[in-house]
Amino acid sequence: MSQDANITRRGFLMQAGILLNGLVALALAVPILRYVLASLTRGRNNAYLSWVALGPVGDFPEGETRLATFRNPFVTPTDGKTVDTACWVRRVDADHFQVFAINCAHLGCPVRWFPQSGLFMCPCHGGAYYRDGSRASGPPERGLFEYPYKISNGALTIQAGELPTPGDATARLQGATQPDQLVAIGPTNHFANLSANAPSAAGCPAATTNGCAELLGKRPPCA
Amino acid sequence: MRLINQIGEWFEHRLQIAAPIREITVGHRIPRNTASWFYVFGSAALTIFMLQIVTGILLALIYVPSGAEAWTSLQNLNHDVALGWFIRALHGWGSNFMVAVVLIHMVQVFLFGAYKFPRELTWIVGVFLLLMTLGMAFSGQVLRFDQDAYWGLGIGASIASRVPIMGPAIVKIMLGGPIIAGATLSRFFALHVFVIPGMLILFVAVHLLMVLKLGINEWPMPGRLVNRATYEKEYRELERTDGIPFVPNGIWKDMFFAAFILAAIAACAIYFGPFGPSGAPDPTIIQTAPRPDYFFLWLYALLSLLPPAMETPALLIGPVVAIAGLLLLPFLSGEGEKSWRRRPIAVLTILLVAVILGTFTHLAGLAPWSPQMNAWSGDPVPARFLHGTTALQRQGALIFQSKQCRNCHSLGELGGQRGPALDSVAVRLTQDQLIRQVIQGGGNMPAYGKNLNPAETTALVAFLETLHPQGQPAARDASRDQVLRESPPPPNSPAPAQSAPSPSTKQP
Repeated sequence: MSQDANITRRGFLMQAGILLNGLVALALAVPILRYVLASLTRGRNNAYLSWVALGPVGDFPEGETRLATFRNPFVTPTDGKTVDTACWVRRVDADHFQVFAINCAHLGCPVRWFPQSGLFMCPCHGGAYYRDGSRASGPPERGLFEYPYKISNGALTIQAGELPTPGDATARLQGATQPDQLVAIGPTNHFANLSANAPSAAGCPAATTNGCAELLGKRPPCA
Repeated sequence: MRLINQIGEWFEHRLQIAAPIREITVGHRIPRNTASWFYVFGSAALTIFMLQIVTGILLALIYVPSGAEAWTSLQNLNHDVALGWFIRALHGWGSNFMVAVVLIHMVQVFLFGAYKFPRELTWIVGVFLLLMTLGMAFSGQVLRFDQDAYWGLGIGASIASRVPIMGPAIVKIMLGGPIIAGATLSRFFALHVFVIPGMLILFVAVHLLMVLKLGINEWPMPGRLVNRATYEKEYRELERTDGIPFVPNGIWKDMFFAAFILAAIAACAIYFGPFGPSGAPDPTIIQTAPRPDYFFLWLYALLSLLPPAMETPALLIGPVVAIAGLLLLPFLSGEGEKSWRRRPIAVLTILLVAVILGTFTHLAGLAPWSPQMNAWSGDPVPARFLHGTTALQRQGALIFQSKQCRNCHSLGELGGQRGPALDSVAVRLTQDQLIRQVIQGGGNMPAYGKNLNPAETTALVAFLETLHPQGQPAARDASRDQVLRESPPPPNSPAPAQSAPSPSTKQP
């Protein structure tokens, strides 16, 4: 038996015990971490996203914005009604749509559409958006989130599945940008200037040269 | 009596707990001055925490932490289970009182210099206890799983998503999935019922242990400075010469106050009842205006009032700076004066923070920044604004309502307050300016250029021009009169008319 003051037999065994526990803890940490991060890893490569039908194209009259609901494609048994999601569908013309997330681009509260004034208003912090989803006023830094859409078998389908948030949405959900600033107009010819330099307040800009269509990414250019 | 003594001795022989209990009660001496009503808030917070544990366990007997059933189980508690409403109310009011008492305790400790040497760690543990209390408050609001909870989670996720790079990952971990759903509630249940309370119990124990070991902070005397080298010796001397036993001399005030607080919570619970739940957590019901519970109302106001560009930095950096400041406080001023009478900056800091939080909380109760979604259809134009108006002006009043102007602008103190009240707008803006503002927007007002046709704009501006107090004329562009007077009158044109030409005449 070693009489060395630094390492006794018992001391060595205790250290071996610590090492053994450390190894087991490390081995257990891997599955535990995997479990804790499951919601993250499961969503890799857009696995949460899929195409969801909102209804026949005919349900959405041209030139109008309607509320549509869909069931989130990713469902667990205890979700209850929380997987039912609302969105605003704007039919620009026969072939072109805009599908806006219900969540305000500021902090996610549900925006409401007012057809009379052509504005989306948020009840929480006072954000407002024009009918094309671009920011009108209030704290949001960007326009409403938009879902990519396509028409298949006569039904409007959108690519959805994740809660749109300001930090994430830029990647997949394209948002309308702030309209170009209006040029200053003189006191006498408001309407002349307005018709020439109209903002994208009514949706599509008069001229596509202001970059709106490009910035909107996948959204088809306005007719 | 003898039997009781024998049983007691049987236990004592095995537990050997009498001596330590004596040591921390009758044997524990405190400086005479600290047996004060100012020193009761810490024990009151602990009392409320115990109430929360008891009522929390009682609620867990019925509550179901499932996205599909949580809300209905709360309805069951409120309406079917005998006195379920009362236990819910106790727990809800208990949380409100706990946040308040913890904050008061913190203010007292700060103003009495109790965070200074050697009680730095007691303060730091206390800061974590505050954060955990707020964490309990937020997660508890989530467990109420109603509309406010659902959209509150959305706000939390939106804030978390703004963290650079990590944001989206944090959101998915926080929500337990891609959206706010059953998994979100389950993990907030685990946080609220196991994780945070477990940590709270541990931290409270450490906090209390240090209070016992280091002694309660003596009553601060102006001019008696804390010096690392001599403080502990002075404190022991004070304890010896001017000390009294904590039990019973000190504790009776704690007990009285604890009883008072518990009675106050019970009274609020009986009188005001439980909090919610509000509407069911169905995200397709969008007719909702979510509001946070009162302890986060200031944050709601801040998020509405910060300039957009400052918001993300303020949200991400602000809490870090605030928490770091609190944690560093005992190291930045660990010695010196304790008395608030000689620490004006400390007093002013508390006043400033109190005024800011109070003002923001008050504002959040009014929420003038939110459009009033029903004002356009619900609040009529007061009749006095329509007396003696022309058909065109009345048409304008109709447009004023139907275009939802009213949601942001009030008339006769009815309507939204997002924009300025328009009772006397004609005094502030000339006709040209009104037209310009309506069409082009600006200053946080959307541009209505594409949503009003020229006839509607004409009518609307005609109505707005009537909005001025009696006897105070509407604003007119003085230079226009000048120009019209100096320039040769065009043929067939009368002198500048009182009713200015309608804007539609300017259309090309």
